[in-house]
Amino acid sequence: MDWVNAILQGTLLGGLYALFAAGLSLIFGVMRLVNIAHGDLIVLAAYLGLTASTALGLHPLVALVLVVPAMFAIGYVLQRGILNRTMGDDILPPLLVTFGLSIIIQNGLLTVYTADPQKLQAGNLETASLSAGGLTVGVLPLIVFITAVAIIGALQWMFYHTALGRAFRATSDRQDIAQLMGLNRAHVFGLAMGLSLAVTAVAGIFLGIRTSFDPAVGGSRLIFGFEAVIIGGLGNLWGTLAGGIVLGVSQALGGQIHPSLQILSGHIVFLVILAVRPRGLFPKMEG
Amino acid sequence: MQVTRTSPLSQGAMMIGLLLLIGLVAAPWWAGRADLRLLGEIFLYASLATLWNLLAGYAGLVSVGQQAYVGLGGYAFFALTMLFGVPIYLALPIAAVAGAIISAPVAALIFRLRGAYFAIGTWVIAEVFRLVAAQIPALGGGSGASLPADIVKTLADGRDAREAVAYWLALGIAVAVLAAAFVVLRSRQGIALMAIRDNELAARSLGIDIWRTKFVTYVMVGGLTTLVGALIFLQKLRISPEAAFSANDWTAFVIFIVVIGGIGTLEGPILGTLIFFALRETMADLGTVYLIALGAVAIAVMLFAPAGLWGLIRAKTGAELFPLSFRVVGLAARQATSSKD
Repeated sequence: MDWVNAILQGTLLGGLYALFAAGLSLIFGVMRLVNIAHGDLIVLAAYLGLTASTALGLHPLVALVLVVPAMFAIGYVLQRGILNRTMGDDILPPLLVTFGLSIIIQNGLLTVYTADPQKLQAGNLETASLSAGGLTVGVLPLIVFITAVAIIGALQWMFYHTALGRAFRATSDRQDIAQLMGLNRAHVFGLAMGLSLAVTAVAGIFLGIRTSFDPAVGGSRLIFGFEAVIIGGLGNLWGTLAGGIVLGVSQALGGQIHPSLQILSGHIVFLVILAVRPRGLFPKMEG
Repeated sequence: MQVTRTSPLSQGAMMIGLLLLIGLVAAPWWAGRADLRLLGEIFLYASLATLWNLLAGYAGLVSVGQQAYVGLGGYAFFALTMLFGVPIYLALPIAAVAGAIISAPVAALIFRLRGAYFAIGTWVIAEVFRLVAAQIPALGGGSGASLPADIVKTLADGRDAREAVAYWLALGIAVAVLAAAFVVLRSRQGIALMAIRDNELAARSLGIDIWRTKFVTYVMVGGLTTLVGALIFLQKLRISPEAAFSANDWTAFVIFIVVIGGIGTLEGPILGTLIFFALRETMADLGTVYLIALGAVAIAVMLFAPAGLWGLIRAKTGAELFPLSFRVVGLAARQATSSKD
């Protein structure tokens, strides 16, 4: 029963990883950009949620109403102000610029919030649980998982059924032709990054409610999200959800063997999948 | 008219470099203990920067996980000397070979990731190494270990002598790494690397085996970075997973050094190292603000002067201290004669 429980908890944890990953997957799909600062932006969102809930006395989930638009705005401005200047055939500039951003965000958070671990207080929600057939499921992990499925479903729908999604797909296929057809590439990229960070905001708030966080934890969040993207296969949002679940279950099973093996077993499963299926489980797009 | 690589400037730089080297070899006689340690650290950072530059600036392999090999070197060195009783001077080359051997399957695996995803893949490898190191109880597990005094004493007799030897080892590796980079870049391998960097498709159509060229570079850099790591922790005398696999210390700083100094040039990492230490010695008290400033400067350089400081200097003056590129001499004289015809 312990093992069944580990798989169940791992699956729910996978929802959080899919949320880490969805933003990465989105901007890679639209503009082939990999944002090294992604994990630090997740942590930034958690801290924005902290400020909103302590300063205004809001429940962290209500704080989403403020944090999501704030992160969207940060993403749009970041893309148009800095990252658009680095877009081109050379992968070095965006990589190194987002790397620099990661260091700036990390140390900026250290300056403002210190290195003390923080947590978002969500009251009863943190401990509430449902039991059925000998298994117990936390309400919060369940909410996180359902939100992840809903967000990925919404992104998928947006991609294939809206004008914005058409603009994203067109720019993804051929940037120059999309520009000729009257799409403003700089604006489309800005919207993609804004949307990516809006998803990141949700991920950050959930992260902050689930566990304590400090300014240094961004790196491993980026790695978990990245592993979910690669396991699932590039350019496939549902694949990313599957990748998150595979990663979450691997970690939970490893943790069941020995607590110190939790993170390591996730990495090892990722490397094994990379060795046997280098394009991931459900690839849709060339790297 | 003839084609040559050397110029009066590069010949002069070679002479000055030799004089400088002689002065640096003699440093234990003219520098204090603190200065000696600082110089040693500068050499080790210059080595790391030169090696990272070979990967990112020449082979197009942007790694953000070179701390994997620095930490591996430290741990291999501690394990060899503490657990297996290998003498220090033998443990260093063994660590380097071990690093090269381990980097080969790692390369085979992460070369499957392209471009920016390759970068994050290297980070995963470093995390795996760190988590594995924390699982070794004989080396202190998560809290780390110190090199026992009786092993340290086998380095040389007396503290001053030991400081001097550690310093010479650091100077030696810096010279060796720079020489290796120079020789590689002047060889067929180096020309292939620069061709790949400039245009991968064109390089492939000329028959260059891209995978093999990158693989050889990665393994060579892996082995040498492991050796530098072993020397870093020989100087520190204490190791822990957090310190050995620190992404900030062994990758972030190194990337800033190379980007600010000038990526894709041999001179850039050296210039960058000097700037980095000048800033650190004067501004490190500022703590996080210093790091924020360093990040901002790196971004500004990447946006407005992607070739870095040395790139700016070279664009203005054509200066090249390490003769790598070919230049045509005697062209002006020939044109002058032909215009008379």
